[in-house]
Amino acid sequence: MNEPVDVWIGQSPSLIAEDDPLTFDGDSLVSRRNLIRALTGSGALALAGAIAGGGVLDLLLAQPARAVGTKYRYGMVIDTRRCVGCKACVVACKQENKTPPGVYYNVVVEDTRENAQDRPLWLTKPCFHCENPPCVKVCPVSATYKREQDGIVVIDYDRCIGCRYCITACPYSARYFDFGDEYPFTANGQAWANVPSPEYDQFRKHAEGISPVGNVRKCTFCLHLQDANGQYDKEAGRWPACAKTCTGKAIHFGDFNDPNSEVSQLLLEKRSIRLKEELGTEPNVYYLI
Amino acid sequence: MTVYVLKRSLWISGVALFLVGLVGWWDRMTNGEQHANYGSIVPWGLWIAVYIFFIGLSAGSFLISSMVYVFGMKKFEPVGRLSLLTALVTLGCALLSVWADIGHMFRFWHVFAYPNFQSAMAWMIWLYSTYFLLLAVETWYLLRRDMVLARKLPGWKAVVYKALTFRSNATSDESHRHDRKIVKRLASIGIPVAIMFHGGVGALFGVVLARSAWNSGLFPILFLLSALVSGGALLTLAAAIFQDGLNRYRETIVALGQLVLGVLLLDTLMQFADILVAGYGGVPGHVAALKLMVAGPYWWVFWIWQIGMGTVIPVVILSSAKRRNAHWVSGAAGLIVLGFIGVRLNIVIPSLVVGEIKGLETAVTSSRVSASYFPSAMEWLVTMSIVGLFLMLFGLGEKLLPSGSEVNQQVLPHDPNAQEKVALTPEGGDYVQS
Repeated sequence: MNEPVDVWIGQSPSLIAEDDPLTFDGDSLVSRRNLIRALTGSGALALAGAIAGGGVLDLLLAQPARAVGTKYRYGMVIDTRRCVGCKACVVACKQENKTPPGVYYNVVVEDTRENAQDRPLWLTKPCFHCENPPCVKVCPVSATYKREQDGIVVIDYDRCIGCRYCITACPYSARYFDFGDEYPFTANGQAWANVPSPEYDQFRKHAEGISPVGNVRKCTFCLHLQDANGQYDKEAGRWPACAKTCTGKAIHFGDFNDPNSEVSQLLLEKRSIRLKEELGTEPNVYYLI
Repeated sequence: MTVYVLKRSLWISGVALFLVGLVGWWDRMTNGEQHANYGSIVPWGLWIAVYIFFIGLSAGSFLISSMVYVFGMKKFEPVGRLSLLTALVTLGCALLSVWADIGHMFRFWHVFAYPNFQSAMAWMIWLYSTYFLLLAVETWYLLRRDMVLARKLPGWKAVVYKALTFRSNATSDESHRHDRKIVKRLASIGIPVAIMFHGGVGALFGVVLARSAWNSGLFPILFLLSALVSGGALLTLAAAIFQDGLNRYRETIVALGQLVLGVLLLDTLMQFADILVAGYGGVPGHVAALKLMVAGPYWWVFWIWQIGMGTVIPVVILSSAKRRNAHWVSGAAGLIVLGFIGVRLNIVIPSLVVGEIKGLETAVTSSRVSASYFPSAMEWLVTMSIVGLFLMLFGLGEKLLPSGSEVNQQVLPHDPNAQEKVALTPEGGDYVQS
């Protein structure tokens, strides 16, 4: 017969019985050594499991470092010596993609000058469409990916949940969150309200609660200007807006898989750098310095 | 008396914070994130800091509960139930906080439908979903018999218990022993799950190569340690307030205080190791983030809030003669819990504010492309409502945790069947002589 515990007495009764299944071998007080052994055991097991699991998964799932065999490998060679810092590319990009305030697929950054008489250095910065894009790896829902046919890194607006992890992971600040902000002339009721953006050939309108509002956005190399074969045509004007408009002819765009393309030739002839090589991202945008 | 006042003020502030904060939720649901102050240089802000604050509390108190349910440590037994309650409530608040932060709130299920096995965030979400289920089932089995018995209580509580016990009726010792076996098993599985999921939260930051202040192998370990510190501290405080621990469980509170002191010192050691190595190495992004933390516009978050209030004062109290005084110990625990909000803010924000491309914020003129961040009114309001909800859920849970004394007192005299079988636990206690 079990005695009900008298809860009215001032001290707490012995709460763990001698034969309690929750204790070790009938020992009601676990020895410190047992506890530590058990703790380190399960902890080590969990850690080892996580590390081994992660390592194996990484081996299984890692993308090949270079997208060999892709049809095209689009990229840019940007000549910083020709850039005059007019920012026409920023405006052209805004016009082409109808990006809202705070979203810039292309920016022109001025490098700080130590002396006032130093020549300014302008850095036009689109998305680099890296060979090893860290943004793609971190996306929890596989909403952003590198296209197999041409290596362009894109975002599936209908899948993206807007967690912004990719923004933290991109070392080049190429990603922007669409907060739903509007310019005065694109606000509701204005003439430019509801003009759709042609990006991804999806012609989405910009309104609260509907993608791409609440999504992360980025440069697409204006892939909506490609033809059915995935090719651009400079003569016909189907060319990334920033490169098309560049007043100093500093932005060269093309296919690195084609050895005769302008960009491939420039890399052969000129001295080029890429940003933050140490991160192993292998950008597809080179700078001539 | 103090306890009564504390409980009262917790309820009042909980309800007030929750109601006022609803304004923020209304704004968030109708205008999306338009009135949030984070942007594309600092894409995560207050809500993410609050999220890792709460999720740390959850993992920490769960791991402490396992000391009771897996390792049978008697000393911490009175807080066993409370620690599971804390783990559940704080997990809920953490999820709410991170839910407010995502751009498309109703797409959260995409994480399960479109998995990316390479994403640390995806792993973290899958693991805490597992953890949530496990925690709920474990808590249910832990309370099952008492809840079945408590269905006979008069008043609204019986209705709640009726709903919560489903069709379970057994009150025999045999069934209770069965429950306990399940609890032990679930708690044992829970340990590696909790370690992996909270280590995973640390890894989520640690794997970001682009932010050198996050990119450290110590991050998963730091997160686990800080979970134990903050979770343990919250439990100490909660036991003092909600279980009349100041009078009844002095020894538990004092022991918890010493446990918290130990892990707090270890955590501080790790943090300083990380800071010193980074400072010596001089990696520009990392050093810039550290400088921002210790000497930036929000230096006081580090020095006064995190170090002064959250570390130095509690360490002094917990290592002085006052460490045997439950009042002082629970006060120190309260300071640690509050201090950890500062810790979490300093993990998330300075590393982001440093930015990745020099000159980006002057390249364009936009408040979204800005390297300074202070939460907006909407962000504060939403956070207030979550904190209010936390206090309310806590109070409600404390009221609903079936308490042995109540059942014994009110059920037994009217129930001859129960009389012979019931060996109920005192408030907070979990096991009885069987």
